[in-house]
Amino acid sequence: MPGLGTSFGRGGATTNLMDLQNSDCILIQGSNMAEAHPVGFQWVVEAQRRGATVIHVDPRFTRTSALADLHVPIRAGSDIAFLGALINHVLTNDLDFREYVVAYTNAAALVDEDFRDTEELDGVFSGYDPEQGSYDPTSWQYAGATEAAAAGQRDPGQPGTPDSAGRHRSARSETSGSGGPAVEAKPERDETLQHPRCVFQVLKRHYARYTPEMVQQVCGIAPEQFARVADALTANSGPERTSAICYAVGWTHHSVGVQKIRAASILQALLGNIGRPGGGIMALRGHASIQGSTDIPTLFNILPGYIPMPLAHEHESLDDFVAEDAGKTGYWGNMRAYAVSLLKSWWGDVATEENDYCFDYLPRLTGNHGTYETVKAQIEGGCKGYFVVGENPAVGSANGKMQRLGLANLDWLVVRDMQMIETATFWKNGPELETGELVTDEIGTEIFFLPAASHVEKAGSFTQTQRMLQWRDKAVQPPGDCKSELDFYYDLGERIRAKLAGSTDEMDRPLLDLTWDYPKDDEGDVDGESVLREINGTGPDGTALSSYTELKDDGSTACGCWIYCGVYADEVNQARRRKPHWEQDEVAAEWGWVWPANRRILYNRASAAPDGTPWSERKKYVWWDADGGEEGTGRWVGSDVPDFIPDRPPDHVPAEDAQGPDAIGGKDPFIMQTDGKAWLYVPVGLADGPMPTHYEPLESPVPNPLYPEQQSNPAIENIESPVNPINPSFSEVYPFVFTSYRLTEHHTAGGMSRTLPYLTELQPEPFCEVSPRLAQERNLEHGGWATIVTARTAIEARVLVTQRIRSLRLGDRWIEQVGLPYHWGGNGITSGDSQNDLVGIALDPNVHIQDKVGTCDIQPGRRPRGRALTAYVAAYRRRAGVHDPEASADDREGDDS
Amino acid sequence: MRPGLKSRADGYCGFVALTSRIGEWSLLRQLGGRDKLARGEAAQSVRSRTLEPRTVQADRIVDSICPYCAVGCAQKVFVKDEKVTQIEGSPASPISRGRLCPKGSASKQLVTSPTRVTKVRYRRPHGTEWEDLDLDKAMDMIAERVIRTRKEFWEWESDGRRTRRTLGIASLGGATLDNEENYLMKKLYTAMGAIQIENQARI
Repeated sequence: MPGLGTSFGRGGATTNLMDLQNSDCILIQGSNMAEAHPVGFQWVVEAQRRGATVIHVDPRFTRTSALADLHVPIRAGSDIAFLGALINHVLTNDLDFREYVVAYTNAAALVDEDFRDTEELDGVFSGYDPEQGSYDPTSWQYAGATEAAAAGQRDPGQPGTPDSAGRHRSARSETSGSGGPAVEAKPERDETLQHPRCVFQVLKRHYARYTPEMVQQVCGIAPEQFARVADALTANSGPERTSAICYAVGWTHHSVGVQKIRAASILQALLGNIGRPGGGIMALRGHASIQGSTDIPTLFNILPGYIPMPLAHEHESLDDFVAEDAGKTGYWGNMRAYAVSLLKSWWGDVATEENDYCFDYLPRLTGNHGTYETVKAQIEGGCKGYFVVGENPAVGSANGKMQRLGLANLDWLVVRDMQMIETATFWKNGPELETGELVTDEIGTEIFFLPAASHVEKAGSFTQTQRMLQWRDKAVQPPGDCKSELDFYYDLGERIRAKLAGSTDEMDRPLLDLTWDYPKDDEGDVDGESVLREINGTGPDGTALSSYTELKDDGSTACGCWIYCGVYADEVNQARRRKPHWEQDEVAAEWGWVWPANRRILYNRASAAPDGTPWSERKKYVWWDADGGEEGTGRWVGSDVPDFIPDRPPDHVPAEDAQGPDAIGGKDPFIMQTDGKAWLYVPVGLADGPMPTHYEPLESPVPNPLYPEQQSNPAIENIESPVNPINPSFSEVYPFVFTSYRLTEHHTAGGMSRTLPYLTELQPEPFCEVSPRLAQERNLEHGGWATIVTARTAIEARVLVTQRIRSLRLGDRWIEQVGLPYHWGGNGITSGDSQNDLVGIALDPNVHIQDKVGTCDIQPGRRPRGRALTAYVAAYRRRAGVHDPEASADDREGDDS
Repeated sequence: MRPGLKSRADGYCGFVALTSRIGEWSLLRQLGGRDKLARGEAAQSVRSRTLEPRTVQADRIVDSICPYCAVGCAQKVFVKDEKVTQIEGSPASPISRGRLCPKGSASKQLVTSPTRVTKVRYRRPHGTEWEDLDLDKAMDMIAERVIRTRKEFWEWESDGRRTRRTLGIASLGGATLDNEENYLMKKLYTAMGAIQIENQARI
């Protein structure tokens, strides 16, 4: 989550669901919270009962809109234009929370004089290399910082920066999940905010053209509607009041996804809404432990606790590896302690100071090894073995055909699931068999389907959307051959190690030296608590640590994930705490455990003014008590665990040469940032610019009105493949916008919902939502069939003609949007075409996530069958002028549409 | 029941049994009793009054968390004879306060679904049907394939720089799994030298 990570220092929701009840205004955008997170939405309703204004900005009128005080329809993919205009409104009308902004954000910092804005360079920032399609961020630095260590090389792992071999580097921005990127020096500041190069003024100029009129032209939102949102947010922010913003994949699944969240972060920082009750940014995540699987990542570019994976060209030794962060100001300055403790946790006694704690055992990255690159490698034959564990990419990933062609070109595939999902059966009933693109007995992939244990058949912890770990006890044993992933991977590791035992090959040392010995419970299953204890970490005497501040870089401590240190404090599974809420105060600190250090609202030192007193009685949360400590010393106190050094007084000024946590001043609430401030402007750490800028999705029906010379994200990451053709923008052949979403009754790719009778009865069939105007234009009949076409493929769905989807007026033209739930595939009790088969792959350069918005055509009736389908889609491509390396004689014969 | 109605019924000797049956008529109980909306006692029959929820019959109740979205609603899992008989929201949770959405409410079916696959299925290369395979044998075959593919695609260097990795093996998934499971996955894969490890949580 580099959007939040680069802005505030940690890549997690800054607040929690329950605290939404304390909001005076809640903006929900990029999320249909009432339907996708229904039980969490009760806290929005609670806030509304207490008088809060609830605003829903979304292309569709949903159940969230129905309960909101205001629904603002928006063109999918245009969020930054809208948020940028809100930022402009705040800045030009002096509606920011000035004392907060000056003290707690980098508004006063001066930017390097070489920096050039998109306003000066026709839509790109300085440092852009059009050949590489990427940025050199050197000129984005704070003034004075560039001399410090030749910034171009200081952080050479910057995303988007080509390395010596000319390839793109991996996304270092992922590492800002906990700890913002390092800046070399504390910047020069102008606290009057008048200097033309101070961030405040730079920001003001950047957003000057983001006006209500521009919002109308880009988003299809009338100026009166815009004014109502702007007034509600600004009237409900300040010392006495707070506003919150909630988002979900409606923001993240875009080629500018990170910058959308950045735009919200800027707005909330300007309004003084971070670190305060009722404020914050609530990231609504879609899977039970999607936060957990980022914190303890099954992701290519990070290690547990957002420690980056080493890069081949930069990190030959542990010293090189930690050099960028070691000794810097803020808690990330202790990076060496976190890294050494992780290596000790994995390689135990073998990891010593002499051998660099086995740092060399870590594999190195040379670029983007994300899932879409991997699928491309599968198709090209460079990746032959694949584990798919509790995910269903044949339905859930963009461009389903590309996924399935990858699966069909493997040597072996292991699928672990509870139901026979489409990823396991692509060779038997995949759509490509019908079209003749694949033939069952020609597919050489060997497939192992291993049945998985359900959530009640294993004990373990999920980390939910507000960074809270909650433990599940085991209720029953799994049936038949079903096993947990814990047992599967432990067993697999045991077998591999046994087969390699005695090997003298250096490549096998990391496996043979691995600490891989976990106790089992009475039923013979691996004891999950022993793994959680290893994650928590142990000290020199072998007992569980209670805080990451205890971690050492001398090999005396071991810790599997430093941000989770404390979850097993006092040898107690803190995630298993279940004190009922009626026995606790509203913060409910004794239910589960929240990283970091059980803090429920992050950056909560900002809930007090710079002098340590609450901003207001109404919004009192954490404050400085001059006599609060033992022996009459001062201490931060309040309802939550202070997200600050507990005894550091508000007037503390660190020494000039202070490093690590010692360098955090008494007025620096963002303790993971090297300068202690919330970043309105990101001088380092993002691949596509220091400030969010409106770019159109790669497939768009309209030109970019803000930057006519720069249609889409200039740093966009393309996946070039014959099976990933892209619709040209403004094409009459693909004139409409499609966007996808969830239904309450189904879950993601459907493996956990299309197989359940209750849920399939409630939502029995895939459908598309269209406006009455579009229905008339294309002769679509309510309840009938429609075919939706992109350059990738065509799918069919039932038609729902509804005013829930608004026709939007952009300047002198109408924009129509097609809404598509994405849960369906070929298997299950209810089946149907997969919406994701329509989606092309073009990625956000920070996080390699695709656009969920694209362009399409829609026609009445069912789609063609068999070979006629590929011919139909190819004919569309030809008419649109899509470069078509797939074109074949068959396609041309079938061109009769 | 309204007093007037009752006293009139008492006046007919020999019809006591009948009146008591009339008294069982739910509409009269609704009109005369406290349950004016007939959502409780007025709607009960003799039979339904003696029914008890299967939650009462449970041998044990186990605390859990809903496996669907990331709100993290607390669940109570009711177990009888080592089978899950019901899953309900747990009122104690400060996040969910006992509520579950349609998916969470249906999660018993996730566990007890008749289409759930509980045996290993195997598809040999170029095969046209699934085959049975012993779990232990499957595990051994997978371990062998990992070792083979890892070696086949092993890479010590790229462009003259040490990489110590294999690009032959990838993994996808993790956001539906436990932290402890993700931890063992990342640990084992990293020791293998596999780097293309991904899940649903890209942002």
